[in-house]
Parts: sequence; structure tokens; C-alpha cells
Amino acid sequence: MDLDSGSSSTVGAGVQAIPGHPARRGALYQFKQQNLPACKPVLTPATVIATFLLMGLIFIPLGLVTLRTSNSVVEIVDRYDIECVPEEYRSNKLLYITDDSISKNCSRFLKVPKSMRAPIYVYYQLDNYYQNHRRYVKSRNDKQLLHGLGDNSTSTCKPLEFSGDLPIVPCGLIAWSLFNDTFKFSSGSSELKVNRKNIAWKSDRDHKFGKDVYPFNFQNGPLIGGAKLDPNTPLSDQEDLIVWMRTAALPSFRKLYGRIEEDLDADDVIVVQLMNNYNTYSFGGKKKLVLSTSSWLGGKNDFFGVASLFIGAFCMLISIVFLLLHVKNPRPYGDATYTSWNKKSSSS
Amino acid sequence: MTKGRIRARIRRSHLYTFGCIRPSTTEEGGPNPLQLHGPGYSRTVYCNQPLIHEKKSLFYCKNNISTTKYNVLTFLPKALFEQFRRVANIYFLLAACLSASPISPFSPLSMIAPLAFVVGLSMAKEALEDSRRFLQDVKVNNRKVSVHKSNGEFVPKSWQRVMVGDVVRVEKDQFFPADLLLLSSSYEDGICYVETMNLDGETNLKVYPLDPSQILLRDSKLRNTDYVYGVVIFTGHDSKVMQNSTKSPSKRSTIEKKMDHIIYTLFTVLILISFISSIGFVVKTRFQVPKWWYLRPDNIEYQYDPKKIMLAGMSHLITALILYGYLIPISLYVSIEIVKVLQASFINQDIQMYDEETGTPADARTSNLNEELGQVDTILSDKTGTLTCNQMDFLKCSIAGTSYGVRSSEVELAAAKQMASDMEEQDMGSDLSNFPLIKGSVPQENVRRAGEIELETVITSKGDADKRPAIKGFGFEDSRLMNGNWLKDRNVDVILLFFRILSVCHTAIPEVNEETGVCTYEAESPDEGAFLVAAREFGFEFCRRTQSTVVVREKFSASGEVVEREYRILNLLDFTSKRKRMSVIVRDEEGNIILFCKGADSIIFDRLSENGKMYLEATTRHLNEYGENGLRTLALAYKRLNEQEYTEWNNEFQKARTSVGTDREAMLEEVSDLMERELILVGATAVEDKLQKGVPQCIDKLAQAGLKIWVLTGDKMETAINIGFACSLLRQGMKQICITLDSNAVTNDRLEVVKGNILNQITNASQMIKMEKDPHAAFALIIDGKTLTYALEDDMKHQFLGLAVDCASVICCRVSPKQKALVTRLVKEGTGKTTLAIGDGANDVGMIQEADIGVGISGVEGMQAVMASDFAIAQFRFLERLLVIHGHWCYKRIAQMICYFFYKNIAFGLTIFYFEAFAGFSGQSVYDDWYMILFNVVLTSLPVISLGVFEQDVPSEVCLQFPALYQQGPRNLFFDWYRILGWMGNGLYSSLIIFFLVIIIFYDQAFRINGQTADMAAVGTTMFTCIICAVNCQIALTMSHFTWIQHLFVWGSIGTWYLFLLIYGVLPPKYSKTAYQILIEVLAPAPIYWTATVLVTIACVLPYLAHISFQRCFNPMDHHIIQEIKYYKKDIEDQHMWTRESSKARQETKIGFTARVEAKIRHLKGRLQKKQSALVGVSSPTYT
Repeated sequence: MDLDSGSSSTVGAGVQAIPGHPARRGALYQFKQQNLPACKPVLTPATVIATFLLMGLIFIPLGLVTLRTSNSVVEIVDRYDIECVPEEYRSNKLLYITDDSISKNCSRFLKVPKSMRAPIYVYYQLDNYYQNHRRYVKSRNDKQLLHGLGDNSTSTCKPLEFSGDLPIVPCGLIAWSLFNDTFKFSSGSSELKVNRKNIAWKSDRDHKFGKDVYPFNFQNGPLIGGAKLDPNTPLSDQEDLIVWMRTAALPSFRKLYGRIEEDLDADDVIVVQLMNNYNTYSFGGKKKLVLSTSSWLGGKNDFFGVASLFIGAFCMLISIVFLLLHVKNPRPYGDATYTSWNKKSSSS
Repeated sequence: MTKGRIRARIRRSHLYTFGCIRPSTTEEGGPNPLQLHGPGYSRTVYCNQPLIHEKKSLFYCKNNISTTKYNVLTFLPKALFEQFRRVANIYFLLAACLSASPISPFSPLSMIAPLAFVVGLSMAKEALEDSRRFLQDVKVNNRKVSVHKSNGEFVPKSWQRVMVGDVVRVEKDQFFPADLLLLSSSYEDGICYVETMNLDGETNLKVYPLDPSQILLRDSKLRNTDYVYGVVIFTGHDSKVMQNSTKSPSKRSTIEKKMDHIIYTLFTVLILISFISSIGFVVKTRFQVPKWWYLRPDNIEYQYDPKKIMLAGMSHLITALILYGYLIPISLYVSIEIVKVLQASFINQDIQMYDEETGTPADARTSNLNEELGQVDTILSDKTGTLTCNQMDFLKCSIAGTSYGVRSSEVELAAAKQMASDMEEQDMGSDLSNFPLIKGSVPQENVRRAGEIELETVITSKGDADKRPAIKGFGFEDSRLMNGNWLKDRNVDVILLFFRILSVCHTAIPEVNEETGVCTYEAESPDEGAFLVAAREFGFEFCRRTQSTVVVREKFSASGEVVEREYRILNLLDFTSKRKRMSVIVRDEEGNIILFCKGADSIIFDRLSENGKMYLEATTRHLNEYGENGLRTLALAYKRLNEQEYTEWNNEFQKARTSVGTDREAMLEEVSDLMERELILVGATAVEDKLQKGVPQCIDKLAQAGLKIWVLTGDKMETAINIGFACSLLRQGMKQICITLDSNAVTNDRLEVVKGNILNQITNASQMIKMEKDPHAAFALIIDGKTLTYALEDDMKHQFLGLAVDCASVICCRVSPKQKALVTRLVKEGTGKTTLAIGDGANDVGMIQEADIGVGISGVEGMQAVMASDFAIAQFRFLERLLVIHGHWCYKRIAQMICYFFYKNIAFGLTIFYFEAFAGFSGQSVYDDWYMILFNVVLTSLPVISLGVFEQDVPSEVCLQFPALYQQGPRNLFFDWYRILGWMGNGLYSSLIIFFLVIIIFYDQAFRINGQTADMAAVGTTMFTCIICAVNCQIALTMSHFTWIQHLFVWGSIGTWYLFLLIYGVLPPKYSKTAYQILIEVLAPAPIYWTATVLVTIACVLPYLAHISFQRCFNPMDHHIIQEIKYYKKDIEDQHMWTRESSKARQETKIGFTARVEAKIRHLKGRLQKKQSALVGVSSPTYT
């Protein structure tokens, strides 16, 4: 990457060729004559080999490091949506979930495979749940969430727009379908406290959900979707809702439920008392409970490391193949015998 | 005016034996309308009564002309209609209309604004171009002409107010305002000279005697005549020139046409994926959505309603079509328009295409053909005004078997220099230098390099040439003849005769400059002018012409005083292209009757007497030499007559002359022929037809760039051939195939016979070319207009084209403007290659419009060619720069730009599609609306524009040094389907990599140390970041030329994305919605966001990077190697190699300067070899 010195000499020649014109130098003139100094990098064999080698040398260690990091993350995933349905309702899960009279209590026992250091993040995971459906995504009103009732149009919230004459706060499908399974954890005899504060983004709490907006008429309609909200808590403190309202990109997603701020030792058994309220049975969705530690990379993410290793290795491979081919069949760069005119004359 | 009076006294009709059929009987006045009711068209015009023509029945159209496409009222509807004839625009319009409905995934503004911009820009361009035409029309309409008011009083009136029936007075050098009927002229016998260059391109003046059939056509020019009176009979759009004019067609470049096919392909893909997602949507909605209680399927809008599945499916299809519209980006059209306008402005500003003399820069009048300039295969050129200046220089002569004139012609100079350098090289050679023959086995590169040097020296020697004493038309230099030195020559008598022939045998009129007393001449042809100037310089100044005498002032008479000798002109047998000679019979002061004759050498040599062949051999040798050196030659001869002989002949002649009837001309010819026999050869002249500056060099370079050059000229065959020689399209040793017809054959034979004859000639010639074994053999096809009429007919044109394509050069002479256009069309359609037509006059308009690219020569009188052209340049030589540099660059730029554009939009558009599959095909986009709008408008537009405007594979001077690089364009190496599909595949690959890597990396686990998972905004933004980085890194890899502008745009675009994200995130959530604080709070603190961006970007560009690395290393293209030479600075270290390579970097060509020099060297070497083998007795069988 060097600045081409030839171009300036060309400009000089141009000046000599056509005298009598003022201002023949200067950047503007060079620009107009398409003669600005330019850097013209050329992919020489050295550059090619070095570039691919360098990329390999970056990505292979990166892959190794991230794989290692990912391995250090301990993750417990427990699918509970089937087991939590009593045997007699297994054939008709829908009846079970829609019948309010049936107890939704359920206990799960999770074995800690490796010691987990606090904070341990608790997630619920839904599969085959299309939070990214266009109708669903649009069905909210940000102004209302921040400012509460006003003369805002809430037409985007259809069909969950009004309760009586007043708009529902918070309106829309997303809020209405708020996830409402609850989890309680205990290890041995002691209860594991789950911190459910600060699970939402701070900016959401401060700037998107109003501090004086109360869900006074939420879930009052004939059809109750998901969780109810405490009408006395402002939306900005309803972190469950805030997390839920950040719609997921894929039909399979995890959402943060809370944090266990105690270390767990290997082979501990965690007892989870859960309320299996949320209906995923009608559409065959799965529900999972996830406990995971985190690293600088986030959660357990082997793919990143593997992808990085693969790309790094591929770069190395190209570099080596190129090197071998070049050694076996070298072409002196800048050797004019390889031009079409020379090839043609030598072949004829 | 004073000068005019002298000349007006001469009855010029006496000068022209063949031209003036009816000398003085015609009376002045308008034609009798009754006589005109013959077959064909008749028109009643009341002379000098224009008021009559204001009435309905005799109302003819006004004389104002309009060549504009639109007027103020029709502009909007018509221009809009034009715009929406583009299929793409209709699609965008539909999309914009639909975007107003609820099914659109985007906001209406984001669809309508770009469309309005594109259409607005194109319409503004149209308006600008049309306004230029309008201004030109206004200028023409407001030209002034004197119109008769009453009682012989003439008042100036603008052209547009001239009416049919008006009597107008047109002065010397003015254009005729309408088609006029000649009433009278300043010459008492009512003739006038007219230059019809604007109509048919012929530069020789035409004589119009007073005659009812003589109509002076609009846009031709009055010459050599002080004034004429004429009555206006056809005005405005009725006039011949306007009737013949055609609307300029809108042209599209090959690349653009091909781009349409890509658009169709992509459109198919778009419809396909729209259908796929609609089917997916229908399936999902029909079978799954009813179970998705969280969507409230019981209370759902029609476009998602599972119960009205057909309606929902249809509306989803429209949503999908709009959503995936990123595959066919409207911004592509915007960007291409912008890029082309900028490219055009670079062409306009190129200082090396700026003509200092006339102050005219190049002008890219239509910018949408820039890239076509890089793909030209055949150039069709006009001759006069384009290749030549139509100015002759008397350079050499051969008198009494001695050649005079030491100054060399351009061709000669070149050859001499070449030989010198060749010899030098041999001397520098090793021990073998004693055997120069062995040089033959040395690679040809030496020869070629030398050829290059020689060309350069010719260019530099131009400087010396300019130091000549500036006598227009006289380039002769030889002390033996100058300043009276010829008096000492032993052949003094012959030389004297030679000069006398020069000064007497012509039809010119002298004009004495009253201040200096020097005569200038108004001659019918520039050759004649050059002879008279030469005679004047030799001391034989033709100074006066009267009715029947010619007076020559002889400076170096035997007595040493200046004497005026008067010659009585007895007869003048004028020049016709058929006779190819002219003679005068004069009686000198001593009473001798002498015939002076000048004419084409072949004609004269046939008519020599036995004792007149004294110098025949030497003269023939000289003539061949002159011809070889690109000079126009004429042989001079004379014959003394005795009184009785003359009287007898003159009786015959007068009889023939006064006879009436169709065979009059034939009789005259026959009688003249009788007289022009038994001549005595005096010598020959050699005149250099001054080519325009730099024409041979330009043609040479263009030929080396692999371009074929055809010359189409209205001039006569000899002139055309001479020019062919002068600009090296023809050379000695080239086999000339002349396809002509006997003029008798045309009139006498039946059509089939004539056609059979021509077909026969064509087939024979084709056979001859096929049989030719010598690889160096070159053929030239010369065909005249009359023959061309038949050759262009449907049943023969393909044979003709086949023959023409096999020939190294093609010259069509005597062709009409219409034929020029037809030939152009034949080449264009017959070969399917890109044609470029270049010309300067109105007669070239048809050809300019017909060709793929029309180039007009600007800065000359008459703007018609420029107005019809796509590019206007001031000099023919600028064509080299226009094609080899700008064309080459623009072609590559546009090709790369379009490929890249499709790549980036496929890469982006397909990710939207993939996401649909994960979002239940509901039409939800993973990206924020603003990202999508900005993608094409801000985040990726400037780099691609900078690629299209600034990219240079090699610098301009290298383009010129390596003409072979130009062939990358005509061979279409950068826009073939292989490459296009490669880019599309690359786009597909990138979209897959970006989408799936990001999706899987951000799947469901936390991406932050604080345990948060990624929501749609985070995933979308990360994916978009990867796209921005990937496509911008990709374009950086595509570019080979980085000025600060490219750096700024490419890296700036990536920077702009982060900056935008930052600013967008800082805006209140009311505006930024889900992107609120996305960078600061959500993504930037996550290391995985940054590492994933790098990983995905590298993974995206990896295959392309590997591809270009391997391609460059193992299968390099020419520009790669030149880039490397430049990179390693080998051109400076090893200049010998550099010049050698640049001289080799050209296409095999048989025309042009270099080819000519090579041929000459081959020839000389052959001779040398023969000589040597004869001398030494050594045979060298390996050498051929």
C-alpha cells in the first residue's frame, strides 16, 4: 500500500503538454483529471499468504478461547411442559390448562452437574412460539406504555384495544399474552432466593415504561390471555412485562426470569416448585426451565467457537494450498510473459 | 464587393463545358405554375406575393423549425409516459401505490421518495437536453436574411418569418433560409456556387446555373458568389433537409440491455420467493395460526384470517413482493444515473480532450452510453472535416524525370525514422551484425518496439513541421527550383512548361489582396488551389482572368524582368470524375496553340505519344514513391497543335457543344477525347492532403486496440483512396478490391445483370481472400455509392458484409447520407457488434443516429452532427482518448458496479426472506424500517458510486500505452453471464452466511455477561451490522484504486452505520422504538457482538478473496500484470521491458501506421536478403 508516485509525474507531463492554462496543479485539477494520488494495493503472493495466515492465526485461538469459555458455562435445561401435566390429563392437555379448577402446581428436581457460581440466571424457554409474527409484533402501543392513558390512538393494539370504553393498559397482544408460569427454587431445606429485579434493560425501565402508568384494567376482558399484573405497581417496575415485551427474533427463545445469587455445588439437587399456568399445549409449544451461569461471551455458545475454529482452519488451509501451489508453479509477479499478447504470440 | 464586380463581368458559363447546358436564354422570373403539373409532386407558388400564401388553400407551413421532443405543455405527460415505459419504473410505481395500503411492510414514504427522485432526475435530464435543442432552434430561427419588401427594397427578416413566395437575397457565405428557386445571381449569366456539405458532405462546390430545375436547398451555403436572389418555395419542415431529418432515437448501451435480463432474472427470483413465502404463509395460517391463541385467531384482520385463506394469501403475496423488493433496488437506477452523469462530467473536463484552438471541450451529450465507449468494435468515419482538414499542401513534383521536393510527407518521415532505428539496432547487435539477415529470426518485438519509437518521433517532429514558413497550401522545399534556380537546370524548358501548366490549366479565380498585392485563389477544389499557390511561389503568379484570357506574371523570365504573359483560352475541357482529367487549349502571345492537360496518371499515361514518353519510366517510379508516401498525385502533359488541326477539331467541338439532346454529353466527351491524345509527359505533382492533427497516430492506436475502421465519404474514389493512404488505412502492397460498376452498365443493362455482376465481384473477392496463404496479406475493400445501392439490398448485403469484414480496411466513397446510415445499420445488425460513427456534417447525421454511438466533431460550422450525436469532440484524435481511456474505464466501472450492486442487494434481500421462514411467513422484517431505508440510500450508496466514478484498473497513460487492454471491453470480459452469476452466487453465499451465523450465534442463550438474551432488535441490528461490514469490505476488495475519496466512502460508510446507530439510539424511544440505546446499552458492551461481526464479515469475503488471489496468481488477466509491474515499479527499473511490452500490447492489425512500417520493413528485408544471398552466396533457408 504505497502512494503511487507515478501519478504526480504524469500530472507534470500534462502540464508541459498543454501550457498556457493556469491552475494546472492542485487537488481540484487532479480530481477533475482523475489523477489524484491513489494507493493501488496488489495481492502479491506474500500478501495473500500473510493475510490468510493472519486470519487463521486470529480465528483459531479465538475459537479455542471461546470454546473454553463456553465450556466453563454450566447450563441446566429442563423441559417441564409434559411432565407437569398430571397423568390423567396427558391425553387432553388443553383441558388441563384451560380448566382453572385444576391445580397447576408442579415440582421438578434438577441435579446440578457442576458447581455453578453466582449469579445463576434463570430463564424460561418457549419453543414454537411465534413472538416474531407480524401481527403480534405490531400489537402494542409504546406511547401508552410510557404515558398511560391519553388521547393516543391505540388502533395498533387491535383486537385487545378496549376494555369497556377505556383502552386497556397495557394494550395489545404482547402484553395480553404475558407469560405466567412461576418458579420457586429450593436446595435442600433452604429456599433459593430468586432476584427478579434488574432483569430488564435499564433503558426500558427508565424510558419506555412509565413510572406512573398503572395496569388498572388489565386482563379484565372475557378472554384472559396470560399473566395478570398488579394494578398498584407502575409498569416501569413490572419487569416481567418489560422482558416479555421485547419480542424475540426466533420462534424458540429464552427470556430472563431472575437471578439466583447463591453458588450451587455440583450434585446439589434443586427443587423447583412451579405453577404451570401458561398454555403452550394448544399449539404444541414446549416450555423449558433453564438455569445458566454466564461468561464474557454470555451463555453457553459452542457454535461460535466452532465456527471460529472452522473459519480459522479454512484460512490456514487456503494459505497453505496457495503457498504450495505457488512454490510448485511460481509466477513471477509483474512478469509480462503472462500477458495475453505474449501468450498469443508464443502459442502461434 | 469591389472584388466581386471584377468577377461578375466574366460570363462564367463559358468556363464550363459540361456544367452549363443552357447559357443565357432563361429569363428571370418565377416558374409558370402550369408547366409544373407534370408527373410527381407539384406546388404552386406566387412569386413575390407572399400575402397570397396566408390564405387557406395556398397556406404552406411556416419557416420556423422545431426539433424539440416536448413543449411546455406536453412535457409533463409525455416525459412521464417515457419514464414509465421502463418496466422497472412501473414495478416501483405499483410498489409505491401499494405501500399506502395496510398490507405494506414499509411506510409509504420510503417507497415513494426514491421513485420520485429517480423519475425526477431522469426527467430533469430530458428537460435539459430538450432545452438545448430548443435554444439551438431559436438561434436558427432568428438568423437574418434580406427579404424583398417592395420596389427593390430589401429588409432583414428573421428566418422564421420568411414566407413561401418571398423573394430573398442571400449573400456570400450565408446559408439559404429555405428551399429557394434561383432567380438571379451576381454573375451576369446567373450561376452561383453552392456548398452542400451540410446536406451530402461533398466539399467541392456545385455550380447552379439559372434554370427552373435548380433549387437551392436550405442549409447549404452560398460560396464564391456575392449574392443571389431566390424565391422561397419550401419553408420550414417542408424543406428537403427537414424532411430528410429523423428524430434522434434513444439509445441504450449493451450493458444496460443485458442488465434488463438480469432484472428479469431477479424479478423471476423475486416472484418465486414471494410465492414460496405466500405458500408458506397460507400453510402456516391455515393449519397453525388457529391454534396460536396468543394471536387471537378468533378476532383477526383479513390479511391473517385463516378462514379467508385465499384473500389472506393474495394480500400476503403483495406484501411479500414489496418486502423482497430489495432484490431489485430502485437505487440501482439512481446510482447508475448519478454515476453516468459524473462520468460524463469527467469526460467533459478532460483537459487533454480540450481543443485549445477553438476552445471546445469534449461534450458527453448523452451520458447513458459511457460504458458503450469501451465496447466499440467498428468505427465508421466520415472523411472530410473528420479525418482531413480539406486543405492541400504542394509537397513534391517530378519534372523531366527528376524528383524535386526535399520535405518529407508524414508517412515518409515515419518510415525513414523506422529504418534508421532498425539499422541502429542491428549495429548494436552482436557479431552477427555482419549478417543482418539473421535478425529475421530475432523475435519481432524489436521491430515493434522500434515502430513505437518511430511513432513517437513523428509526433515530436510535428513541432519542426510547424516551423515551416506559413504559406497555406505550399509545403515544397527544394533550392533547385526555388528563387529562379531552375533557370540553371539543363531541363529548363520542361520545367518552364511544367510551371505554365500549373498556372494556366485550371478554373480558379484570383483575388488580389489590395494591401499586399498578393493573389489568393478561389478554386473549385483545394488541389487546384495548392497548384496555383505553388505556381505563384515558383514565380508564375496567375493574376488575372478575363472572359477569355488568363494572365500570368512570370518573375524569372529569360530577360530577368517580371513580365505578364497573356494566354487566350480557346477551349476548356473540364474535370469530371469519369474523365479524371482536365485540359485547356490556349494560344500564347507568340500565337502557338498549346493544349495543357493534367489528370490522373493512369489516364494521362495512356494518352502519351511515342515521343512523349521520354520521362515515363522515371515519372512512374516517382509517382509510385509519392503514392507510397501518402501523397495525391497528378500527371501533367502538353501538346502543341497547329492551326489547321485545331480548327478542324474546334468545329467538331462547337457542333457537339451546341447540340441538343441526351447524347450531347457523350458527344462532347468523345470529341474531347479526340483532342486529349498524343500528349507529351512533363512531370507529376504530389500534394499532401493535410490530415487533421494526430489522425494517423490516432488511427494507428485505434487499430492496435483492435478496432476496425471504415471510411464512408461523399467524396470521389481517388480522393478517398488517397486519404486512405495518408492515414495508413491503405498502403502499398495491400490488395485493393475495388467493387465498381461501369456507369454505362447501369443505364444499359437490366437490373439482374448489374446485380449479378456485383455479386460476382464480391464472390470472387471473397474467394481470393480465402485462398490467400500469406498471413501478412492485407486486403482493402473500396466500393462506390452506386454499387453500394445494389450491394446493400437484402439478397446481397450479407455477402457484402462478409467480404467487408474479411478486409483490413473498407472505404466507401460517393455515398449518400442515407447510404451511410444503411451501411452503419448493416454493420451493426450484421455483425452484432458495437459500432461508432463519427462525422462533422449534416450528411453524417443519419449515420450518427444509426450507430450505437454517434460522435460529432464540434467546433466547426454547422451543428447538425453535434446535435444528433451522443458525444461531441473537437478533433478526431480525441477519439483515442475517449475510447481507450474513458471508454475502457467507464465500461469496467459500470460493469463492476452493476455486478456489485446485485451482489449487495441479493445478500441483503435474501436475509429478509430467510427470516420470514422463521417468522411464520407473516411479513415481519427483522430489521428496523430505518435500517432498510438507509441501506441503499446512505450506507452502501457512496462506495458503489465511488466505484462507478473513480475506479481505474490502470492509469490513463497505461491505457494509451497498452491498447490491447481495450479489448477487454469488446470481448465483454467483465459483464458476461459467468461473472454476473458468480457475483449473484457470492451474494447468495453471503446472505446465507450472514443470516445463519448470526441467528445461530444469537440463538437463545444469553449474549451478555449479565445474562440478557437477544431480542429481535439485537439480532436484527447485529445482522445488519454484519451486512454493512461485509458488503463494504467486499467493495474494498473489488476496487483496485484507492484515493482518499474511496477510503472515505468505504470506511466512512461503515463508520456512518455506527454513527447512525448511536444517534438513532439516543433519540427518544418515540422515534427510535426498539432501537433505543441499542448500541450503547445492548450491543456495544457485548464482546460477542464485535467478534461475531468480524467473524461473519471475514467468512463472507473469504471465497471472493480466495478467488481473486488464486485467479491473479494462476490465471492473471492483462491488467493484473500491468498493475503488478506498476506496483513493483518495474516500469521504472526496466524501462526497456516496459516500452517493449507496451509496443507488443496490441491487437494483430493490418492497418495503421505501425502495420505499414512493418510491411515496409518486411519488404526491405526481403530485398536485402535477396541481395545478400546473391552477393555472399549464403542461403538462409530458415528465414522467410
